[in-house]
Amino acid sequence: MSAADLAAHPAGGSAGEGVSRKRGPGLLPYLLALPSLLVCAGILVPFVTAVFYSLERYNLAFPQARKFIWFGNYIKLLNNADFWNTVRVSMTYTVLTVGVELLLGLGIALLLWRRSWVTNLLNVLLILPLMVAPAIASLMWKLMTNSDFGVLSYLVSVIGFPNFRWATAPGSAMFTVVLVDVWVYTPFIAILLLAGLRGLPSQPFEAAELDGVPQTFVFFRILLPMLAPYILTATLFRMLDSIQQFDIIYAMTQGGPGNTLMVFQIQAYLQAFTFTNIGRSSAILMVLWAITYALSKYFMSTWTRLRERAHGLA
Amino acid sequence: MGSLEKSLFDAFAARRLGRRELLDRAAKLGLGVAATSALLNAAQSRAMAADYDWMANKGTNLHLLLNKHPYADAMIANLTHFEAMTGIKVTYDVFPEDVYFDKVTAALSSKSSQYDVFMTGAYQTWQYGPAGWLVDLNEFINDSSKTAPTYDWADILPNLRSSTSWSGKPGEALGGPGAKQWALPWGFEINDVSYNKKILAAAGMSPPKNLPDLIDKAGTISSKVPGVYGIGVRGSRSWATIHAGYLSGFTNYGAKDFSTDGGNLKPTMNSAEGKAFTKLWVEMLHKGGPKNWTQYTWYEVGNDLGAGASAMIYDADILGFFQETDTKEAGNIGFEAFAANPDAKSATPNVWIWSLAMSAFSGKRDAAWQFMQWASGTEQLIYGATKANQVDPVRQSVWNDPDFKTRLTTSYPGFLEQFDSAAPGAKIYFTPQPLFFNLTTDWAASLQEMYSGQIPVDEGLDKLAQNITSQLQDAGISN
Repeated sequence: MSAADLAAHPAGGSAGEGVSRKRGPGLLPYLLALPSLLVCAGILVPFVTAVFYSLERYNLAFPQARKFIWFGNYIKLLNNADFWNTVRVSMTYTVLTVGVELLLGLGIALLLWRRSWVTNLLNVLLILPLMVAPAIASLMWKLMTNSDFGVLSYLVSVIGFPNFRWATAPGSAMFTVVLVDVWVYTPFIAILLLAGLRGLPSQPFEAAELDGVPQTFVFFRILLPMLAPYILTATLFRMLDSIQQFDIIYAMTQGGPGNTLMVFQIQAYLQAFTFTNIGRSSAILMVLWAITYALSKYFMSTWTRLRERAHGLA
Repeated sequence: MGSLEKSLFDAFAARRLGRRELLDRAAKLGLGVAATSALLNAAQSRAMAADYDWMANKGTNLHLLLNKHPYADAMIANLTHFEAMTGIKVTYDVFPEDVYFDKVTAALSSKSSQYDVFMTGAYQTWQYGPAGWLVDLNEFINDSSKTAPTYDWADILPNLRSSTSWSGKPGEALGGPGAKQWALPWGFEINDVSYNKKILAAAGMSPPKNLPDLIDKAGTISSKVPGVYGIGVRGSRSWATIHAGYLSGFTNYGAKDFSTDGGNLKPTMNSAEGKAFTKLWVEMLHKGGPKNWTQYTWYEVGNDLGAGASAMIYDADILGFFQETDTKEAGNIGFEAFAANPDAKSATPNVWIWSLAMSAFSGKRDAAWQFMQWASGTEQLIYGATKANQVDPVRQSVWNDPDFKTRLTTSYPGFLEQFDSAAPGAKIYFTPQPLFFNLTTDWAASLQEMYSGQIPVDEGLDKLAQNITSQLQDAGISN
């Protein structure tokens, strides 16, 4: 068959066929796309419903009072000091947990970078906190920090803090829940960064060693820029998780003492499941979604830029 | 006659048991021929008088939602009796109290028919009832074709019957005109002081007579007795922190949560009386309370008393009752009707009533009502009070039961005296309104702030009242 023939019969029809007919793909593409469509619908339908609810005065206990109020819930939120306290607490928690976990995770990853039987063993041990559900970890920590019989309370009393109140006092509550979060999630960052470190090319480090480049220069000017996409990925994952924190704080303090640890998710949970105020709860979650979306967008664009730079495209 | 024997002969009288099986089981219970004959006659007489078909819903499956509680345990322990009597199969889900009410709210608000009957408190019905999630049980109670003649509704203590019924109008009295019966009282508790007799005796102290005395004694114990603190009360960021000791003392000092001026609710927890009492409450916590008070639920309060970690608790009387058996301090618990205000004539304990309610979305209402009759009936409640821990019983006949009285006087010395002394002033002291959970949760958060020194008591209560006014206006309950 010549090239001309091929051009005349692009579908590869046999010469025996009377009229050459272009056959469409049929239903196959739609069938292949169906799972994705279902997943999208599974995400979008509840999302759109929540958006709608957030524009309603909708309390399950007052079905007769339900009505569309446009941005009434949002206006009330923005004029409420408790809401701004929630924003502040959520942001503080996120910055502290992500910051501390990044520093510790990077440190641990650097310690485990070179392979040996010790580091291999530590790799396995490191994963153990990740095996514990955060709510269970919180209950463990709640017992360990119990002022009467907790082992940690005993230890801090030995070093001169006999009345340290951990999560039960406003001054130390944030410190305590951040500590639990750090214990649970630092291994996640360490493992992610360790994978990144072990995937880095060795040549730049060997060249720097040959040239006698100082270690601080190697760390800040070679290692960190090369590791930046991994750091950014780890930061993004943890930040999205932290800003949506629920289980650790709820299990330890239910958002207290007072409103000291009242983060977005607990506020939304109480509004929906205890106070049955679906409209208010949805509005809180929409604000949380907007913040999460903005942060993701920023981090994704930065990540893309860093990757392009790493590959010499920018 | 015990409840087991009675059940056995009732089952025979209702033709669910053959004569041979009856005789076998009677022999196993050690009953002679004469006793068997007498009991059989009595059961048959009862059955004839009952004139009610317990088997009318045979083959139906009921699903219950239960809180992990001794009342539920008492019912479950005897559930086969109900199943045998009615041919109704009963299954259930049990959840701990921390998450229980969220589970109930989720099930009801989603209009799920998953559960037919569930445990609830009276306060919860103020939210669930007006929302249309509960069946008004008057339609069954007043229908002689659906209710067994032996189900003695009037035998349930009048205060409890009225406390579980409400018109749905915010601020209107419980049990008032037009009230709907949202639930059946099942077991209740009044809030008083329970104490460890051994610890108080070792410290040379008598039980506290009022709040200033309690503060003094609790403070002394905390500072002088190693490993023991003075007074256990609830403190978690939850509505449950308010309704027990706090509201009982608050009321005794003459304070009230709301005023209902012309049907318009106005928060009054920041009254002079409310502020005076709350200052004393915070002082009590600082001097004699648990170190991690802000995490304390009733489980911690009770466990500490039973473990000898606390000398006293100001909480449900049954919490002290439960510590009298199978705990380290069993046998050492004393009970005291407690009037917080030195100037008060008597105690004013707020009441918590565990009740049974029927879901409006149940498709098996007749069967559900049969279960509710059985579970809150005299026979089952006597079983619960004498063989299990369904105390305080809601029926007068159970209080009059000699076995129950003997059990209390021999195994729980002082409990009956405490109850008799406190009961006349015991009732629900909250003003009924459907934002109960929002407002009491905020109240608990506010108490935590005052305790932690984040805000002074006066300012904290004023801010709370302001916040509550705004919430009531938002909901259209107040002008």
